[in-house]
Amino acid sequence: MWQALREELAPQGFELITVGMDTLGAEGCRTAIEAARPTHPALIDKHHVLADVFGVVNIPSSIWIDEDGMIVRPAEAAPPPPTDAVPAATQMPEDTPQRLKEMRAEAMKITTNAADYHAALRDWVTQGKDSAFAMDNETAIARSRPRNAEQALGHAHFELATHFVTEGKRDLAVKHFRAAHERVPDNWNFRRQAWSLEPVGDGPMARFWQGPRPEAEAQWPYEGDWVTDIKREGAQNYYDSWQA
Amino acid sequence: MLLKSLTLPVADFEQGTGWKIKPEGACKGDVCIPLRGQSGNTLDVEKLAHDMGLPLVSEASEQCWALGPDAIGGKTLATAVAPNLALPDLDGNLFSLSSLKGKKVLVYAWAPY
Repeated sequence: MWQALREELAPQGFELITVGMDTLGAEGCRTAIEAARPTHPALIDKHHVLADVFGVVNIPSSIWIDEDGMIVRPAEAAPPPPTDAVPAATQMPEDTPQRLKEMRAEAMKITTNAADYHAALRDWVTQGKDSAFAMDNETAIARSRPRNAEQALGHAHFELATHFVTEGKRDLAVKHFRAAHERVPDNWNFRRQAWSLEPVGDGPMARFWQGPRPEAEAQWPYEGDWVTDIKREGAQNYYDSWQA
Repeated sequence: MLLKSLTLPVADFEQGTGWKIKPEGACKGDVCIPLRGQSGNTLDVEKLAHDMGLPLVSEASEQCWALGPDAIGGKTLATAVAPNLALPDLDGNLFSLSSLKGKKVLVYAWAPY
């Protein structure tokens, strides 16, 4: 868990800030935050400001900021410590819906290198600027997510969409989510956020369904869904490697 | 950032985008963009969007706009200086990233879906 790593590194002048990126805000994030009982700031980002200012396109992602407030690693996929590993597909109960089995099978193909990432973090916390993992300013900027005018426009559409979710105006929210998806196709969070607001059922997996109801596919308001998109893009490409 | 009007208080713009309005223009870290025809404590958002190259999207029936982020240099980061982000916790209390100056910080993004 991140909490344990935070406790380990805090005496060396390290702090962890977690940010729940969810348009449903505190309502969406409360259960997970209260269960984690964090000793560090646990914040909420309803409008995905982290996408605008840091270029966060998937979760989990991290940004490293040094003592002087300089970004030394821009947003990148941040594998959780190994104790958070996804249980094996074989452990799923027999009556698990087919869609969730497919999701789990794809999720199992996603590769991360958690041990090396956390070793890199420890190295930076200990060595500071001398760490090979701390980037200079030019490198941090160059390694940040590419963005063109069309993608920036997509971010503005996403902001409007999240506003209309808050206002309960679903049709307008869907319209602007779709405009965001079209313009920022590499942002998984923009897609997953929209899909999560079309829950199937009301159990703990409702927001993880991320796709149409069985036998009601015509009513699904988006071009893609999690299973379709990850099969098309390849599970091995779900996260950009932080080591690339 | 979301707007209800095309006239925007400077302080709101600064908090919403991480840019600072200075005599030389809109600045973030060591990057400054000159602004034309702006004065006082409010900004003309349409001029600002034009001068900074920021996208402005509207939903006409709703009297609201969204001002998108910059794409300076074709990258998310125009500068390595971290923006002074302020986000709420579960109780709605704003926490400012800059309050952790002097520490190494890892900002960890997650989602409950």
